[in-house]
Amino acid sequence: MLEPVNVSLESLNLMTLAPMLIPIIGALFILIIDIVKPNLDKTLYVMLSLLFLLLDLGAIAESAGIFAVNGTVMGVFDVMLIDGLAILSQLIIVGASLLFIPLALTHSRFHEFSYPEFFALFLFMISGFQFMVATDNLILIFVGLETASLALYTLIAMHNRDKSFEAAVKYFTMGALAAGFFSFGSMVFYALTGSVEINQIASVLAASNYADMGYVLVGTVFMLGSIGFKVSLVPFHTWTPDVYEGASAALAGYMSIVPKIAAFIVAMRFFEFLIHSGVVWLEVILYIAVVVTMTASNMWALVQSDVKRMLAYSSISHAGFVMAAILIGTTQSNSAFFLYWILFSFTNLGAFSMLWISRQKHLPNHQRTDHSYDKFAGMIKKSPVAAVIMGLFMLSLAGVPPFALFWGKLYMISSAVTSGYTVLALIMALNSAIAAYYYLKLIVYMFMKEPVTGNHEHVYAINATLALKTIIGFAAIGTVFALVALNPLLEFITTFVYNSGY
Amino acid sequence: MLDHILSILIFFPALAAVLGFAIQKDSIRAYGVAVATVEFALSLWLWFSFDSDVSGMQFMEQLPLVPAFGINYILGVDGISLFIIIMAAFFTMIGIASLTDTKDEKNMIITLLFLQMTMVGVFVALDAIVFYIFWELSLVPMLYIIGAWGGPLRVYASVKFFLYTFTGSLVMLVGMLFMAYFYFQATGTWSFAILDWYRLILPESFQLWLFVAFFIGFAIKVPMFPFHTWLPYAHGQAPTIGSVILAAILLKMGTYAFIRFSLPLFPDASVFYMYPIAVLAIIMIIYTAMVAYAQKDIKQLVAYSSVSHMGVIILGTFALNVEGISGSVFLMIAHGIVSGALFLLVGVIYDRRHTKMMSEFGGLAHVMPRYATIFAIMMMAAVGMPLMINFVGEFLSLLGFYQQSHILTLLAGIAIIVGAIYMLAAYKKMFFGIVTNEANRNLPDVNKRELVALIPLVIITIWLGVYPKPILEPINNSVESIVQLMHDKSITEEAKSRIPNLVKAIEITRTSAQGAN
Repeated sequence: MLEPVNVSLESLNLMTLAPMLIPIIGALFILIIDIVKPNLDKTLYVMLSLLFLLLDLGAIAESAGIFAVNGTVMGVFDVMLIDGLAILSQLIIVGASLLFIPLALTHSRFHEFSYPEFFALFLFMISGFQFMVATDNLILIFVGLETASLALYTLIAMHNRDKSFEAAVKYFTMGALAAGFFSFGSMVFYALTGSVEINQIASVLAASNYADMGYVLVGTVFMLGSIGFKVSLVPFHTWTPDVYEGASAALAGYMSIVPKIAAFIVAMRFFEFLIHSGVVWLEVILYIAVVVTMTASNMWALVQSDVKRMLAYSSISHAGFVMAAILIGTTQSNSAFFLYWILFSFTNLGAFSMLWISRQKHLPNHQRTDHSYDKFAGMIKKSPVAAVIMGLFMLSLAGVPPFALFWGKLYMISSAVTSGYTVLALIMALNSAIAAYYYLKLIVYMFMKEPVTGNHEHVYAINATLALKTIIGFAAIGTVFALVALNPLLEFITTFVYNSGY
Repeated sequence: MLDHILSILIFFPALAAVLGFAIQKDSIRAYGVAVATVEFALSLWLWFSFDSDVSGMQFMEQLPLVPAFGINYILGVDGISLFIIIMAAFFTMIGIASLTDTKDEKNMIITLLFLQMTMVGVFVALDAIVFYIFWELSLVPMLYIIGAWGGPLRVYASVKFFLYTFTGSLVMLVGMLFMAYFYFQATGTWSFAILDWYRLILPESFQLWLFVAFFIGFAIKVPMFPFHTWLPYAHGQAPTIGSVILAAILLKMGTYAFIRFSLPLFPDASVFYMYPIAVLAIIMIIYTAMVAYAQKDIKQLVAYSSVSHMGVIILGTFALNVEGISGSVFLMIAHGIVSGALFLLVGVIYDRRHTKMMSEFGGLAHVMPRYATIFAIMMMAAVGMPLMINFVGEFLSLLGFYQQSHILTLLAGIAIIVGAIYMLAAYKKMFFGIVTNEANRNLPDVNKRELVALIPLVIITIWLGVYPKPILEPINNSVESIVQLMHDKSITEEAKSRIPNLVKAIEITRTSAQGAN
């Protein structure tokens, strides 16, 4: 006869689930509305999603308040772990989603947005990412990862280009492989330590003084493979440019930010203790991965003829750049990571949105891809404001001060300097210089070349509506005036990261 | 208002540029001239209120930007930066006033005003990060000016200019982060303020590395041999106004930064690297002078001669004594005035003939006498004729370096003679003899708009050549304090002996005076 388990409801701390449950409820709500009254306009779903995301943001802000007072909170059988990392990353996830969802309000009609399922899947995906970052239980990470990824594959496939299906299937198959790696790696660690919680794994391994080093390494390799896939480290990056090219520009921009931060948080939780316990081998591997990812993807970006593919490679390079934070593993570097990613998120989302508003429904004959460089030739003559804003995003991505991303780079390189990674700091600096070339290439096309004949005047803002312009304006203002918000942001991030013990 | 004059000097043109977007195309030139004149008047007011007897920073402003990371908005001006700021305002003014009809004039003038913001910003910033911001930001308007209004190879030239400088600056940025980190280790707080860094005494091994990191950034900007390859392209392709600003102001950022950063922060390393840098500077003087002699294009010739004279500035800077550094600062002003004027003059002839090949010309002195006269004055100034502005700077620079090494100074002196050869040869080709090319027979002489720019430059060239004191005195005061700081900070014996101790010198004269009594 089994004893009935007695658990008091308070000890479960169910409120820790609130931020994840809000988007799920929102998604179900949207589906129910569709059943009750089909064929409603997309504006309804956009606004509903916005409302639920705002609620979500409120819930996260509340848990941030609790964290500031009480420190880390555990909940639901200690599966949920609401620490500073979880809160900061959820803020980025939901914040970027808030910027993304109004991009559905385009001028031209794209059919993916006419399905309410799009918005439901989108909200499910967000809750998946939130679960991923707010736990250190490998099983729950896996569940969150799969929830989010499956929803994301579908979102990509809903775009109306042939390449979208290719992209979705490619992403799906590669993602399945990565999921396999992840479960295999988790299994190895479970076999070694009898636990699926990262902090338990860390303490058991430390207690045995890493006796089974061989198995630890096998498990680490599998984890590195799966996380490397998600954050698109070279050589696990091969899917990235194709998937970005197939997805709509807005979604590609979103994918360069949100899924990656979720995976980065997992990497931070998982690799931090391994690096700090002196697993030199992992440090070497990560060092090589960081340097190769930064440099190689920069080289590939140089030779692209399509702006979106260029931005895809550049976002790989940025991922390599922030991966250095995990390698360095100090409070400053982890704070730099969050700072970088916040600044990167609206700069990059802004750049992709600029592509998005210029997306034609049908390609003219002289244009081979959606966003070839030629299309932007002479943009300053036809649409000066748009050209200046796009130029601004490019300069920011290149790290020209005082635009947003410069401060992220500054703080990140400083953290490398402070921790004695001098060579790494130099490599990071020089990579920024290489990267400047391909960002400049777009500026050269926009400002210094003559327009290609046959381009109509409003092609650069063909999709622009007030909603989209607002988002872009918001991103542009954030990019230019990042300096103003920097100090409070830095102090906020540092406090949260430090109090989480990273 | 005087308390915030430096901020006003920085942001007034930027604000004006933003408002300029709203101005109708035909009226933009008058607007640009008006704004630049106000800016110039403000900079003169700054000079007027500047106390020449004070050697330290004046009109300091401070505002925390990112206190958590030690980044503050600190501005200040001393004798070294004051005149470069005035010159920047002056060249923007006459540049806009004498601007010939260009396409997209409005974009050009707005860009120039933004460029002016960054130029002033670089010279008044006293925080390394604020300095870096303006330093990098100045690349963007220049990139646009070269890339949009330049010659056939403009895209290549502009991108090369940007990437070259950007790469060097990033290495410098790493150096700055190291500096801030050492300051953090020493004091426990982050700071990027240059005046804070001045107080930090670093071990020699650190100095050597950091000096190199900063050197790469500055040397590319100057540009020093062998990093000079971007400059002929940039000058060759840039429109006249671009070349003028580039030669007169932007290149001075590098030499100014040597005096502001490298020397006082790393006195021992400066002494350590003195000879290698002096050798580089002399190679730069001789080699580019010879290259200049081989040019067929008058603008390239002026560009190479400008590089060649930058070598003298570097040599004076690394004399590490008051004469040398004062001379090099003075030469920065002189070089700005003279090479700016020469580029303007080349622009005058290019507007008429749309060619810069010297073989196309000949006997211009008959057709354009006023032009030939002004050109002759400026050319004489460029080769360092006494009673001209360049002579004062070159003489002091070489005098300063003579105290460190006789042989090297002698070499540099000979190189200046080479300068006279190619300049005179070019002048002979273009202006003397009979008019060989029919196209040149009826060229109009310089018009009023061009005279507006050229006459003041001629006046300054002669006035400061005859009587340099009003400028030299404030420069001298500020340089003295820097040299004294370097002497006090230096740790090696070598550096102590190379860098003169001014306090001791004053004491000796005082005691000898008492002894005489």
